[in-house]
Amino acid sequence: MQEDIFGAIGEETILDANQLTINMGPQHPSTHGVLRVRLKIDGERVIDAECVIGYLHRGTEKIVENRTYTMAVPYFDRTDYIAAVSNNLGFVECVEKMLGVEVPPRVQYIRTMMTEFQRIASHLLWLATHALDIGAMTVFLYAFREREEILKLMEAVFGARLTIHAFRIGGLWQDLPHGFLDACRKFSDGFEAHVDEYEGLLTNNRIWLERTKNIGVVSAEEAIDLSLTGPPLRGSGVNYDVRKARPYAAYADFDFDIPLGVHGDTYDRYLVRVEEMRQSNRIIQQCITRMPSGSIRGKAPRVIKPPVGEYFHSVEGPKGELGYYIVSEGGTSPYRCRIRPPTFINLQALRKMVKGHLVADVVAIIGTLDIVLGEVDR
Amino acid sequence: MNAWQILINYAVIPLVKIAVIVGILSGGIAYLTLLERKVIARLQQRLGPMRVGWHGILQPIADGLKFIIKEDVIPLKADKFVFTIAPAISLIPAFVVFAVIPFGPPDSLWGTGGYVTDINIGLLFVVAVSSVGVLGIILGGWASNSKYPLLGALRSTAQMVSYEVAMGFAIIGVLLVANSLSLVDIVQKQKTMGLWFFFVQPVSFLVYYACGMAETNRLPFDLPEAETELVGGFHTEYSGFRFSLYFIAEYANMITVSSLAVTLFFGGWLRPFPNVAALAFLDLIPPPLWFTIKVLTFLYVFIWVRGTLPRFRFDQLMNIGWKVFLPVAMANVIVTSAVLLSFL
Repeated sequence: MQEDIFGAIGEETILDANQLTINMGPQHPSTHGVLRVRLKIDGERVIDAECVIGYLHRGTEKIVENRTYTMAVPYFDRTDYIAAVSNNLGFVECVEKMLGVEVPPRVQYIRTMMTEFQRIASHLLWLATHALDIGAMTVFLYAFREREEILKLMEAVFGARLTIHAFRIGGLWQDLPHGFLDACRKFSDGFEAHVDEYEGLLTNNRIWLERTKNIGVVSAEEAIDLSLTGPPLRGSGVNYDVRKARPYAAYADFDFDIPLGVHGDTYDRYLVRVEEMRQSNRIIQQCITRMPSGSIRGKAPRVIKPPVGEYFHSVEGPKGELGYYIVSEGGTSPYRCRIRPPTFINLQALRKMVKGHLVADVVAIIGTLDIVLGEVDR
Repeated sequence: MNAWQILINYAVIPLVKIAVIVGILSGGIAYLTLLERKVIARLQQRLGPMRVGWHGILQPIADGLKFIIKEDVIPLKADKFVFTIAPAISLIPAFVVFAVIPFGPPDSLWGTGGYVTDINIGLLFVVAVSSVGVLGIILGGWASNSKYPLLGALRSTAQMVSYEVAMGFAIIGVLLVANSLSLVDIVQKQKTMGLWFFFVQPVSFLVYYACGMAETNRLPFDLPEAETELVGGFHTEYSGFRFSLYFIAEYANMITVSSLAVTLFFGGWLRPFPNVAALAFLDLIPPPLWFTIKVLTFLYVFIWVRGTLPRFRFDQLMNIGWKVFLPVAMANVIVTSAVLLSFL
């Protein structure tokens, strides 16, 4: 039972109350899905906030217990539906780890490349909505323009755009289509200029600075205490990225930097994500030039029955550390499959971050956390 | 003067002019929405409305129809009377202001003057009437009896009141130079000086235009209706035709602010460099058209700004209003008066 911090809503009339309880969401234009935040405000200042989640709960973890490992993969397209490829990667690699399957290098490279494309697409969507929330509507459409190109690439190689079912246990469904790498290179070469374009509209914009600097500050210690991961953690200056800390797929082969923030405010998190897009692009370019040839399928058994045991594998999703904890009893379906959803855990920081800010900042802070309710509620 | 002449001079001619202006203005507002959508679409590399008519040319008509045939929802707990009339309170002043804005010289239109009326306190009239429009927003937000509209209404009260002050001071700069409150006289003065007041009072213009954006609730100052924060702000509970009245009022105010900017700072109906004989060929374009071209330029800037900038936060907006615009405008008034006193 959730602690009710405000008492029942609607007890007092608007006129008599100095403090007003307002309900932001679940049908609010900028709570990014069905997040509901109960705000206790005094004038425009937020005194307290409480997240009410669960509107999009679909029981993914429970469903997966009744599916074979192969059948389970597409369910993870639908947790963080903005970054389906990353989700697939985490689950597929976890099962491969359970089985001890070696995956051919070409598969590793393709997986890395597509995951980085997905990271860019996810960050673009974040940038678009975050900027729109703060009122810069043109950035929204610019970012969607590039995201569309990435989705087209996804469609070319996986056959779908949003819920992709990208990877199979042990390899890939099919090889890259003819001319795909050229298309990737074309996108990748032009992408830097597009990022410059977004930055031109925002990074030094006086209004943008005023709206994001010193908003929702989280110190490094607090970020660790709240177990934040991903850009919210790195924005506070903590150098932790699963891609470097525990390299998976082919990340050990590539040169890339982990951008870090200093102040842990919304602006730093913005800079971190924008720089991450550039770094992802760097990884993609290295993938394209060094793409090995060879098989696209490893030696995975036809019927997947991992040995008894508990396994955990995590990847760096666009929004933070995305982990899969799977308990196997030796059968064809997992006994338990627990997801470590980065946005669910990052969302905890909301209450701490919004206290003392204004209503308008709540929107900026929800944006900067980059939540996806499909993943928060699962 | 016999009775017929009086009737014609004081009833028929003004009524005809009013009808024409209201007609042009309504059409202008309708097509301003289309212009806005097209320009923003252009900035954002898309097409904008394309389906209704050639390149969406009939889109405003379709929109208007949609507003009219929509259900008119009045919330159960709303104050019905205030809720009903609030949009009209917002809309009417936006139109009334045009009574004194001159579109052409006094000798145009067969000697009746290119305006509905030329009163000697024209500018004061504009400032006074346009501030009544704020009431509509406050009342609308209040009467909805709902939280988001109330917040929107509170914001708009604070915002409009504070920006009106700075705007008033900005206008005083022009008054000092023009020595008249009549808008016609102000334009005439720019002709005799041979110089648009923008070149005399640039600071005053910048403050005026920025405050104008705040007055009309446009980005980057569109806090009363900040859709991503307050859902719809003061008009959250409004739908259908009543909503469209607010909408029309906002666009009419954009035209008002632009027209006033043109009249006060950019020579109204005058062509550029009104006293340079070499440019006399510019007179081929009639004065009302010059006026329209200038107004359209300013409207374009409104739209351009919307496509480019993010939104201020409420407290930042207040800071800018009181701590930047107001002192600057006051300093401008003092400097202008000092210069006028000592040199002229």
